[in-house]
Amino acid sequence: MNEADKNPEKPVVGVLSLQGAFREHEQALEKVGARPLKIRRRRQLEEVQALVIPGGDSTTIGKLMVGYHILGAVRHLGEQGMPIFGTCAGLVMLAMDTVDGEQSLLRLMDMRVRRNAFGRQVNSFETDLEMPALGEESFPGVFIRAPWIESAGDRVEVLASHEDHAVAARQGNLLATAFHPELTDDLRLHQLFMEMVTAGSR
Amino acid sequence: MKIGTMTVKAGLAEMLKGGVIMDVTDAEQARIAEEAGAVAVMALERVPSDIRADGGVARMADPTKIREIQEAVTIPVMAKARIGHLVEAQILESLEVDYVDESEVLTPADEANHINKWNFKVPFVCGAVNLGEALRRISEGAAMIRTKGEAGTGNVVEAVRHMRTITGQMKQLTSMDEDELFKAAKEIGAPIELVRWVAGNGKLPVVNFSAGGLATPADAALMMQLGAEGVFVGSGIFKSEDPAQRGKAIVEATTHYNDPEILAKVSTGLKEAMAGLEIKDIGEENLIQHRGW
Repeated sequence: MNEADKNPEKPVVGVLSLQGAFREHEQALEKVGARPLKIRRRRQLEEVQALVIPGGDSTTIGKLMVGYHILGAVRHLGEQGMPIFGTCAGLVMLAMDTVDGEQSLLRLMDMRVRRNAFGRQVNSFETDLEMPALGEESFPGVFIRAPWIESAGDRVEVLASHEDHAVAARQGNLLATAFHPELTDDLRLHQLFMEMVTAGSR
Repeated sequence: MKIGTMTVKAGLAEMLKGGVIMDVTDAEQARIAEEAGAVAVMALERVPSDIRADGGVARMADPTKIREIQEAVTIPVMAKARIGHLVEAQILESLEVDYVDESEVLTPADEANHINKWNFKVPFVCGAVNLGEALRRISEGAAMIRTKGEAGTGNVVEAVRHMRTITGQMKQLTSMDEDELFKAAKEIGAPIELVRWVAGNGKLPVVNFSAGGLATPADAALMMQLGAEGVFVGSGIFKSEDPAQRGKAIVEATTHYNDPEILAKVSTGLKEAMAGLEIKDIGEENLIQHRGW
């Protein structure tokens, strides 16, 4: 019996677990009523209704996704409307392209991103973000060698900005943040994602 | 806006989990490591097996080398400072390395004190052979721990010993009652607050990687199955016959550490591993793991 069979009534949300902060996303998903399932092989994608792509290193995650034929499968599922939530490296993976060069991407969201846009680790920071989509209370933004959204098409709704740079966005079934909600106790972004998952299954 | 907080320091280590951090000595090696799927590189002047063979004082790498490596790759770049050498650490911080390894692989600069890592905005990783040492480093501000193993040997036995020691000691703490924790803290030489935290959570408060002697994909997977959250590979990659091939195989083995089918595949047909050393032939007085207090 695998992890996903334990509570049959909850939606199964895959967490891409090739590398990075996947455990924290699993914990957050459990708290908002999902059944998380680690995804390391392509065939495991058949069991999930939605997918989280965690923070980690986007170069490494991209290479591992290509190597195990996961990249094309996820792109196909995303195009068909499966909800996908990417944080930090996950935001980079969802983009059309990056300012700084070649790498394997999902090319699902109509946006161009800049990797490590805020600088190296000594410039990593925490700040309170205004996010009207989540209500009046600000959201704790944890930015670690974070990217930003350099430019985005009309279909992309910017959900938060920091110093005039877009750092959270939504496009239909896709949600992306440059920061790490999974490293905080604030579950509102995971809740928003679950609303997208349940809305999509109706 | 706050920079250099424990959340962002320890948070970077969280992002490295499940990954392989490779020792590199120049830009060319750094590019090979990145291409192989390394999640970060460790910049140093000589890999541990050369330090062991050459003898003499091992110090921080030349800043020229570190800059060259930073320019060659987009993944995080770490660099080593000597134990207690706070000026080497200040220099590395000003170079904007992403992590400083206060490392026993280099010759210690202070035989009593480690660096007060709270004074820095750059995060630190430190080695440990047991739980007390790990918690002392965390109390000094380390944002990531790695078990020491025995660097430059290509022999995984010490890495296994240290990982089993730490996980075993953590298990013991979780079974103790509040009254017993004071004595345990005294015995392992660690602050009671951290001992209490480990007893309550059954894990270290920061990410714990394995290091020191890993040479094959199976070694990496072994350490992951024993509880490591990622691995450092030093001499094991660039002292092997085909670093690109071996590096990629170790990356895949670390991701798929519980999947024997993939482990068999990536272990097949690899060119020669580095030559290994038997620990008893090195001599107790020459073991690097005893550096650190």
